[in-house]
Amino acid sequence: MKKPSLFTICFAIFIVCWVFLRFFVGGVISKPIPNSVIAMYMALVFIAILVHISVEDTRFREFLRPIHETLVDENRQTRRLVFAVLIPLLMLGFTYTNIAKKANPPGDPRTVHPTPPDNLTYKDIVLGTMDEAENPHRHLEKDDPEAYKSHVENGRTVYYQNCFYCHGDHLDGKGHFADALNPLPANFQDPGVLPNFSESFFFWRISKGGPGMPAAGTPWNSAMPIWENYLTQDEIWDVILFLSDYTGYKPRTFGEGH
Amino acid sequence: MRRCTSQTKKRIFLIIGFVLLGFVLFSIVPAFAQDMTDAEYRPFPMIGSRNAAWIAAQLHLLFGSFILGVPMFAVIIEFIGWKTKEERYDRMAQEFIKLCMGAFSTTALLGGVLVFILVWCYPKVLSKLSGIFGPTMIFYVVLFFGETFTLYLYSYGWDKMQGRHKGWHLFLGVLLNIWGTAIMFVSNTWLTYQTSPATQYGKLSDQAKEGWLEHTLSQNPELTRAEVLKEVTDTTVINLHNETTGEFLGTVMDAVNNFTWMPVNIHRLIGNIAFGGSIVAAYAAFRFLVAKTKEEKAHYDWMGYNGNFIALCGLIPLPFAGYWLGREIYMFNNTMGVNMMGALFSWLFIIQAVMIGILFIGANYYLWSGMGRIEGAEKYARYRPIMIAIIVICVGIWMTPRTLSSISSASEQTAMGGSNHPHLGLFGLMTAKNTVVNIVILTTFLSFLFYRRSGKKPTANWKKLGNIIISSVFFLGVVVIVVIGIVGFAVESDVRVNVLTPWQVLVALAVMVVVTIIDIFMYRKATTSGTIKWGEMTERSQYVLILLAITFTSLMGLMGYARSGLREGWHIFGVMKDTSADAFTPSLSSAVNMVSIIMVIFFALVGFIFWLGLWGERKKQKAVPTMESEAIAEGND
Repeated sequence: MKKPSLFTICFAIFIVCWVFLRFFVGGVISKPIPNSVIAMYMALVFIAILVHISVEDTRFREFLRPIHETLVDENRQTRRLVFAVLIPLLMLGFTYTNIAKKANPPGDPRTVHPTPPDNLTYKDIVLGTMDEAENPHRHLEKDDPEAYKSHVENGRTVYYQNCFYCHGDHLDGKGHFADALNPLPANFQDPGVLPNFSESFFFWRISKGGPGMPAAGTPWNSAMPIWENYLTQDEIWDVILFLSDYTGYKPRTFGEGH
Repeated sequence: MRRCTSQTKKRIFLIIGFVLLGFVLFSIVPAFAQDMTDAEYRPFPMIGSRNAAWIAAQLHLLFGSFILGVPMFAVIIEFIGWKTKEERYDRMAQEFIKLCMGAFSTTALLGGVLVFILVWCYPKVLSKLSGIFGPTMIFYVVLFFGETFTLYLYSYGWDKMQGRHKGWHLFLGVLLNIWGTAIMFVSNTWLTYQTSPATQYGKLSDQAKEGWLEHTLSQNPELTRAEVLKEVTDTTVINLHNETTGEFLGTVMDAVNNFTWMPVNIHRLIGNIAFGGSIVAAYAAFRFLVAKTKEEKAHYDWMGYNGNFIALCGLIPLPFAGYWLGREIYMFNNTMGVNMMGALFSWLFIIQAVMIGILFIGANYYLWSGMGRIEGAEKYARYRPIMIAIIVICVGIWMTPRTLSSISSASEQTAMGGSNHPHLGLFGLMTAKNTVVNIVILTTFLSFLFYRRSGKKPTANWKKLGNIIISSVFFLGVVVIVVIGIVGFAVESDVRVNVLTPWQVLVALAVMVVVTIIDIFMYRKATTSGTIKWGEMTERSQYVLILLAITFTSLMGLMGYARSGLREGWHIFGVMKDTSADAFTPSLSSAVNMVSIIMVIFFALVGFIFWLGLWGERKKQKAVPTMESEAIAEGND
């Protein structure tokens, strides 16, 4: 059997990578990957192939040989004709699929996280700057474990009375109402949620809810109620302790500076 | 049809020129004609104050970075030439300094332009800063004189101070670097203070401690002195201003020693080396591409290799320094940190990952291409596909965004189950990114190791054992880095940032140090199995060197936007509000446009300066064949 050309091998690798991302990663082992992310990864695959074939002159010439032959070789007229028809057709198909969009609303263009204010407030009471404000019950974890436990239990009660409808039984964002919401409720089981933000940040998000989001980066479209209208300060701090206790992830803390 | 004569063409151009000049004058004059003697801000004609200051500051910084970076490695190369008695090193170092001389006056000129723009457009801001930093500004001028005259002596005295005077010449080179570094450290105080006008209690002067205490007591009359002091530790963040009046409470040294000063110093110091190396490499690449003789090609190939090597030496520790800077920003202000990495500026860091990816892929590509001109390097080619795959996968992870809301459709988000992909979203977290950065660095180091070994045969009788140890160290290092990365998902952020990430960095550095030591001993008495055919590089590889310089320049511009933009609507964060028409933070797309424009201007200016240098040299080169080029062409590294 004739050994496939380098061009064919590279083309096959490219296609295999696309199939792997699109159908295997984005179907069999995980959830579908957005097209933009697949395009980004495929650009890297393309660069990798380009680097591999072009580092050495001999390999680069070997790679280009079939392209060159197709373009100029007299015996390749049929192949030329096939490509002359195929390439415009592919471009036509690509253009059509991009222009003839289905009734599909665009994604939410908001920025990743809202920018918190400088000061943390509960109703009109200033609790300190975002850097300074601390969970008043957090120290009990070391100083008085029993008292800490009771705060966690209180947080659990608050959570299951108020939050679980959206954030779910297991704090994974899969509550009863979750499917009706866009953006989806926060998934506290995700390792990128609790450890990345301080307790003061969570207090701010809970107390002010969706309407308290900053003007910059709108639309936020968050359905989160303004919980400071319904919960006390202690209840909010306790529910944060519960989130941390249940998931095992601790909100962000800051060590010593340089 | 009647043809346009050259006379007519000239007239047309003249008319167009006059129309354009008239347009410019009409646009500018009204701005200057207003009475703005006591104005807080004055508008800069046509492009606006912020853009004018942005262009001047960025160009000044790029040129400054070049002229501070180049002498650092020039003096090292000169020292190598002196010790090895190889004249070609000395000549290359001199050529580097000649490039520097050309850029020096432009740097000063742009600095002057920047000051004029600031004086004209932002008088109150400048007044506030000079009120705090006045003494440092005088010190800056002294340093600048020192730098200028030392550079003149160093450059013009090069040929005279050979032989027994070489030691003194090297001393001048070191002195030049001390001046240059000090200048950068001083100017960094002003801009870092604008971002983080605070420090830690333990670092405050007695005067500042007293000022802060009085201010705190006046704000909280119910507290006693002892109660305030009880709450304070040496690491407590202390703002250096009266919160109500904005009055500065400390001494100039308190302002100098602000949160981000030293991280920015270190980041820029290393960055200057990388940037200087990349510009020199791009210059060499250009000269290689236009070279007419084999000797010329050999010389510029060698110069390009050295430039790229220097850029790599700077690039490898750069992410570590950047990480420290990021950490200090979080320490100074949590909100600013969230804004930087998770909110307003977070997409900038995806672009940064793409660009650093280009730098690492490009630098490796150049090394691999370079192995093509070394006899005996073929045996390492089989590892290349694996190394390409590792680098590309790591870069892919590095550039994966955490939240995909703005780059996916509503149906895609529904299919994913939210704006984070359940698995790929993990790549968006810092622990994953830090892990792959370290692996990319180690892979690049491996490329360099292969390059260094190419064309050599070790004679040490323990070479097999040495290779086993080196392979094991690499393997273990990567395993430890990956394990730390995985553990990073499960620990609290404080532990990750302050313990795990530094350990990852230390492991990567330890691998590089251990492997280098073993390799040096293994190849100490190595025999040569093939020569390096300098000048036989592909032209593609030279374009890669130019691409690297462009990427470095763009990256510096973009990260400068992040550093400066983090202040948002403040001239001095939390102290002096920006109330001008330009107070808004520009969007990422407009910043990218601006940085691109600045990059084009920078390369046009650099190209012009280098061309001027070439112009004068051309006749001289025709008359004297370059001895060192011939030596290089014979095949030594």
